[in-house]
Amino acid sequence: MKQKSVAVVGAAETTKMGKIPDMSVLGLHCDAALNAMADAGLKPSDIDGVATAGESPVQIANALGITPTWADGTQVGGCSFMLHVRHAAAAINEGLCKTVLITHGESGRSRVGSAGFGRAPSSWSGQFEVPFGVTSPPTMFTIPALRYMKTYGITEEQVAMVSVIQREWAARNPRASFKDPITVDDVLNSPMIAWPFRMLMCCLVTDGGGALILTSADRARDFPRKPVYVLGTGESVETPIVSQMEDFTTSKAFRVSGRKAFAEAGISHADVDHLMIYDAFAHLPIYGLEDLGFCKPGEAAAFIGERNTAPPSEGKKGGKLPLNTNGGGLSYMHSGMYGMYALQESVRQMRGIAPAQVEGAKISVCHGVGGMFAASGTVIFSNEA
Amino acid sequence: MDRILPQPTPETRHFWEGCKEGELRLQRCAACAKSYFPPRPFCPGCGSREVEVYPASGRASLYSYVINHRPRPDMGAEPHSIAVVTLEEGPRMMTNITGCPQTPEALQLDMPLEVTFLKASDEISLPLFQPAKG
Repeated sequence: MKQKSVAVVGAAETTKMGKIPDMSVLGLHCDAALNAMADAGLKPSDIDGVATAGESPVQIANALGITPTWADGTQVGGCSFMLHVRHAAAAINEGLCKTVLITHGESGRSRVGSAGFGRAPSSWSGQFEVPFGVTSPPTMFTIPALRYMKTYGITEEQVAMVSVIQREWAARNPRASFKDPITVDDVLNSPMIAWPFRMLMCCLVTDGGGALILTSADRARDFPRKPVYVLGTGESVETPIVSQMEDFTTSKAFRVSGRKAFAEAGISHADVDHLMIYDAFAHLPIYGLEDLGFCKPGEAAAFIGERNTAPPSEGKKGGKLPLNTNGGGLSYMHSGMYGMYALQESVRQMRGIAPAQVEGAKISVCHGVGGMFAASGTVIFSNEA
Repeated sequence: MDRILPQPTPETRHFWEGCKEGELRLQRCAACAKSYFPPRPFCPGCGSREVEVYPASGRASLYSYVINHRPRPDMGAEPHSIAVVTLEEGPRMMTNITGCPQTPEALQLDMPLEVTFLKASDEISLPLFQPAKG
């Protein structure tokens, strides 16, 4: 895509976050959409493009009274919204629509109006993974980690440190689900889920939603909020079942998506002020830092342990690469498809209104995963026109 | 509770028929010689439809795994491995490691394994792996 040709002009999460038993999945989508429209000063009749995952764009458009000229129902898991941003930018630039609404809502915890996980017994998952006892993501997403740890000599303590540092960020975010400090011992002593993964290495399960509104950069100047420009984007997919991931120590989808986004944005790693890496589990920021090229293979755990991604603490200044500044899926919230919340935090940081604001941040990289290393989407934002 | 079982498709039936007969069957491309899994009637390496089914050696090594401490009801009550093994012929597959304690000490990455089949129903036998003998 053409750099900075499209901007985010509306962004909001659901009014409530965490446990919302009085709202369905559809209700959460629409609550977030209405909040994003209010943020942008728009009405449903101003929207002519709709993208969503989990629900159908038909359902979202009809429920909100939108008559779109463009719809995108790309569903590749939790990073679908990164792909929606990318597709929306292309659609706006091609003149297919002018103003795109992207919505997410999920009743991950309360399960109100949720379709739930289902894998057809004739699918690849149903034939070649489910019979061996996989349940939810903690028994699939986690399987590659041991190979990574053995290859690079990474300890369980080092993986636990990812959760510890993200909790430090969460402590600065009033909306975070978990804010109390934790130690490496706390993580290692939390209930075993699927060895080597303990509960505190796994993301939360909450209810919530979020929505974004994008339009062309030339129109973006007329909106009430400071525009957040899309500088570059990438996407890729690898495998529907984690057992067929090409190499358990690196995600091909991450590498392809990240490389494409950095090339489109025309930036180097040193230009990045703020980073979001979808953290469904504690090993994901490690893979992300390496596959995006911020660290060499095997070095990301030490990079995190040396506080390069951490907030300021006890008089020490913060790390050079603030990562998952909302507390991430490990401590902030995770409804099931977390990508939307990572995008929201990148937008807040670019607007300068994040609870743990990175002073002077001008470029934010937001990197998502879908499924169990199945898919990836990367969006690079800038707050300079 | 009965174990949740796969439902073969026309493209995968030879694999499950093989398991039932105690034979691990892979596919190989006639054009580029690539062995691959899961089953499909074309080569994911080069797109050729000239592929053949052949019996694999059944030898493998342990690539990675978790020990699930919250087993699905049909998997019993004890923690068990969910593993991915690398077959001698190259492809990888998910499985359970059986015939040894389900502990990090007993389950060492790269340990040699051999296939064994668990008869789960009249139609379905599941390919599991156990530590290689000798």
